[in-house]
Amino acid sequence: MEFAELIKTPRADNVVLHRPFHLAVEGTLCLTGHHLIFSSRRQDNAEELWLLHSNIDSIDKRFVGSLGTIVIKCKDLRIIQLDIPGMEECLNIASSIEALSTLDSVTLMYPFFYRPMFEVLEDGWSSFLLEQEFELLSSVTNEWRLSCVNKEFSVCPSYPPVVIVPKSVDDEALRKVALFRHGGRFPVLSYYHKKNGMAMMRSSQPLTGTNGRRCKEDEKLVNATLRSGRRGFVIDTRPLTVAQQARAKGGGFEQEVHYPQWRRIHKYIERFNILQESFIKLVEACNDQSHNMDRWLSKLEASNWLTHIKELLTAACLAAQCIDREGASVLVHGSEGTDSTLQVTSLAQIILDPRCRTIRGFEALIVREWLQAGHPFQQRCAQSAYSNSKQKWEAPVFLLFLECVWQIHRQFPCSFEFNEQFLIMLFEHAYASQFGTFLGNNENERAKLKLPQKTMSLWSWVNRPEELSRFQNPIYEANSLVIWPSVAPQSLQLWEGVFLRWNRPSRFLEEAEEERINIIKYNKELQARVNTLRRRLAELEARGEEAPEE
Amino acid sequence: VENVRLLDRLSSRRAVVGTLYLTATHVIFVENGSETRKETWVLHSQISSIEKQATTATGCPLLIRCKNFQVIQLVIPQERDCHDVYISLIRLTRPVKYEELYCFSFNPKLDKEEREQGWKLVDLNEEYNRMGVPNNYWQISDVNRDYGVCDSYPTEVYVPKSATAHIIVGSSKFRSRRRFPALSYYCKGNNASICRSSQPLSGFSARCLEDEQMLQAIRKANPGSDFIYVVDTRPKLNAMANRAAGKGYENEDNYSNIKFQFIGIENIHVMRNSLQKMLEVCELKSPSMSDFLWGLENSGWLKHIKAIMDAGIFIAKAVAEEGVSVLVHCSDGWDRTAQVCSVASLLLDPYYRTMKGFMVLIEKDWVSFGHKFNHRYGNLDGDPKEISPVIDQFIECVWQLMEQFPCAFEFNERFLIHIQHHIYSCQFGNFLCNSQKERRELKIKERTYSLWAHLWKNRADYLNPLYRSDHSQSQGTLHPQIAPCNFLYKFWSGLYNRFEKGLHPRQSVTDYLMAVKEETQQLEEELEVLQERLANLQKSQSGNNKVKSKQQDQSKQFGLYTSNNSLANTPQEYSNDLKSFPSRSPSQGDEDSALILTQDNLKSSDPDLSANSDQESGVEDLSCRSPSGGGCLPSEDSGKDSDEAVFLAG
Repeated sequence: MEFAELIKTPRADNVVLHRPFHLAVEGTLCLTGHHLIFSSRRQDNAEELWLLHSNIDSIDKRFVGSLGTIVIKCKDLRIIQLDIPGMEECLNIASSIEALSTLDSVTLMYPFFYRPMFEVLEDGWSSFLLEQEFELLSSVTNEWRLSCVNKEFSVCPSYPPVVIVPKSVDDEALRKVALFRHGGRFPVLSYYHKKNGMAMMRSSQPLTGTNGRRCKEDEKLVNATLRSGRRGFVIDTRPLTVAQQARAKGGGFEQEVHYPQWRRIHKYIERFNILQESFIKLVEACNDQSHNMDRWLSKLEASNWLTHIKELLTAACLAAQCIDREGASVLVHGSEGTDSTLQVTSLAQIILDPRCRTIRGFEALIVREWLQAGHPFQQRCAQSAYSNSKQKWEAPVFLLFLECVWQIHRQFPCSFEFNEQFLIMLFEHAYASQFGTFLGNNENERAKLKLPQKTMSLWSWVNRPEELSRFQNPIYEANSLVIWPSVAPQSLQLWEGVFLRWNRPSRFLEEAEEERINIIKYNKELQARVNTLRRRLAELEARGEEAPEE
Repeated sequence: VENVRLLDRLSSRRAVVGTLYLTATHVIFVENGSETRKETWVLHSQISSIEKQATTATGCPLLIRCKNFQVIQLVIPQERDCHDVYISLIRLTRPVKYEELYCFSFNPKLDKEEREQGWKLVDLNEEYNRMGVPNNYWQISDVNRDYGVCDSYPTEVYVPKSATAHIIVGSSKFRSRRRFPALSYYCKGNNASICRSSQPLSGFSARCLEDEQMLQAIRKANPGSDFIYVVDTRPKLNAMANRAAGKGYENEDNYSNIKFQFIGIENIHVMRNSLQKMLEVCELKSPSMSDFLWGLENSGWLKHIKAIMDAGIFIAKAVAEEGVSVLVHCSDGWDRTAQVCSVASLLLDPYYRTMKGFMVLIEKDWVSFGHKFNHRYGNLDGDPKEISPVIDQFIECVWQLMEQFPCAFEFNERFLIHIQHHIYSCQFGNFLCNSQKERRELKIKERTYSLWAHLWKNRADYLNPLYRSDHSQSQGTLHPQIAPCNFLYKFWSGLYNRFEKGLHPRQSVTDYLMAVKEETQQLEEELEVLQERLANLQKSQSGNNKVKSKQQDQSKQFGLYTSNNSLANTPQEYSNDLKSFPSRSPSQGDEDSALILTQDNLKSSDPDLSANSDQESGVEDLSCRSPSGGGCLPSEDSGKDSDEAVFLAG
């Protein structure tokens, strides 16, 4: 298909761009296959706005006489308005944008066309391999092994080709366990706590059904993670009633009789469709320009967004507490094991593992616990909060995770190597990107799309020193401890950086960040200068001492 | 009283046993056992309520709520002891004479001269001169020399030059409590000013020629503008109701060239109830997010904060952008008027955003113009209906602004919290009484110490590391947004949950940056020394200075702040389920493992009890000064380091 067919009016002049907290700018609007480009012609202050069509969530048009107005609402929550003279031009442009922003074939997406303007220093597609992770693990324990049972994606379509499982369980048993777990997602290692050798596993629900089916291999696999005589915790992200109801549809939960060494805790985390509704309500509240405080607070409350944040953080803290404080192994699952399960396991690692609070470690965490673990990014991030179409599989599951990381970051501002911008950047790229990283719903689909061969990885770009410097937290000091965040309502705040990002004058906060960077930079410079001087002084003194006294 | 248990509100598992002492000025709780013998000191004047609860098997619980938002839960074994403590505290926390207050016995070991110096730190004459008055339009009036015209006004008041004594006195007779229009802030750049007064006694139709002339004079003092705004900070309904009592508001028809404007800020009773409701929300045991947000909304607190801010923004805009003078009043002109004038001044003039300037601002708009500190903050036993968190709201407005303009203020959050603390503590004389007149009669300056001197002495603790006097945010007028989605008003847990450190960020960016800046300063000094020595050495190669030892000393210091990570905090109660999980391993008996659990807990919470609780301990290492020492109370002896010490037990 040629994009040109969709672009009836590729260019319009005298278009006026309106954005909150900016003066209106007049300029030229151009449409290309993947971008909406606006450039102002003013000599003194030429300005260009490049917007990916895939970033456009919804578009409204209206007319006053022959002046058309298009309001574009983006997945990164920004809203811009374009005044386009000429009814026909405006209609053409609106319909082109609509068509180009809702292309249904993945292979037409921008990452397949994007040619990077930078030199690739390190191919991000091979930066984070599970094999490397396993090597690290092998240096502290030999209780685990790499299994290639899913090499052809035949055992579990949403798992990666290699997984880490207890050594004592062979591939044959894994195949049987896969049949006993929803979507074939048998329990695999998510995190190994070096401090005490406890493990966190994740899976999907067991298919016990109404008649209490059991699977010996599953019990053996799960028990293989326990120290002798110790108990473990199953953290089920559904309330008990939901888990019980799931039995009628063939699902279920681990029953005490068959898993006597495990204790089940139900920590309710909302299903993805509820989260999407909450997201939409919150964003609506954030765009309400009313001056009324009551209305704002009641809308904020009614969105339930912060409730979800609190529940999620609590569940993650609980998992971390079981591992670190109770010295117990943990198995986390909900129904499918692709959403709430991953939120809990990845957040628990942020709390427990200092490595996950570094840039590199956090990237590895996202690759391991989200991309390889089969979180369906393409379905979940197809639309954002402004979508008009009826939602199907969309949900801000990943955004919630990022926000929880931000909440912990806010409470431990010196313990993370990355800054808030890094989290916001990941949110943007999950929804619309020139990189292939977040395309597809699992490794299987990515392999079929040949993403590593045909597209550029986000990590290839982010990990270049030039880019990285933007995402570094100036006040980072490695902290090797477990960090326990507070989950009290008083300790949680709305993530302004995402939700009020386009609605607040950001200058003052940016200046503050600049100031922080400068303070640290100046300190480091001084330190370097003092050290150089000290060295020179020592040299001179040494020379002086050597010299015979007069 | 011995064997008293101090409960931790957040987690019932953490309780400490110790001894309770009552002194003439403090309630003191000393922990048993642990080597540190941590102490909790609470000034009687900070106590707002004492509640004796039903006796349980373990003893008789006593709940003490403080005005600085600390809540202390004690369990006293004997009912009779508890009753005695209760009765004594009731008496001790309700002094009837000023002389009973702590500031008259408090002695920071300063000599007379230092005390006098302290009181001179903030000088309002100097401040009016800084603003640019007296000048061609404004002059100082001595009409209130002996408080003859208005006993709640200061002796020295600035009025328009064209306002004669006759006009002032005439106008004062037409204003509630004779609080006539007087200058609060003068804008040198464009001659616009902010004046303040009380409501006019206009009733339904009364007029007063002198009052009309007074407003005219204010307008004429700003030749650039042909009208003035009259801002009534009350809700319109309240102002109208006042007319029936012979009070009310200005009729635009009677005054030439005024634009009248209502900005609805509720009265002190509404504010008191609002705070009460919000504190109830803060005190909830493990509230859900909805409980909390709903409670916050229902309390109306942030709405009221926003109303005050909006009024301030309106006035600042009128003065800075339109160049129009504003007369502000409410009913008596000592609560809402003070709030609004000071917020507007703060937005307009960067000087008030410095540490010294902020002290001056409070002294000018609050202390000198007769804000009734004694009544509002209940220093002496009085009518509970007079109590209201008026200045607390102003302080919160400042904090909300600091959140939006992080580089605009020279001081940090701790500065605000400590000022709030001392408004209630009665440890310094600044905020005693209801007016300047009363303070003079009591000879406050001769008999007590000034808080400003104390804060100034410790100013290093109160600096905002992001502030630079040449930064764009520290210039000119601040223009905050108005809508809640543009200007996020936040719940200030740093103040209202001040003593529950577990709720706050565990690492403080401010403290970290302050330590870095301190180190930077040391480095600068060392650099200079080194350069000098290098130059000397190069001049005379033979010179054999042996100063290496000093170098090493310093390098050790520089290493300090890398160790700030000793924050071993403990998890909260994330799940009730976990507690009920009886045994950790099948082989152990239930009791056994329960024991292990508690030990575990003790062990883990130990580090956070030893220093100023976990989250602060790292910071302490790093800044080489304790946050509480940043403090509050000049320690008469080191152990008695303030009410701040309370959170040690947290």
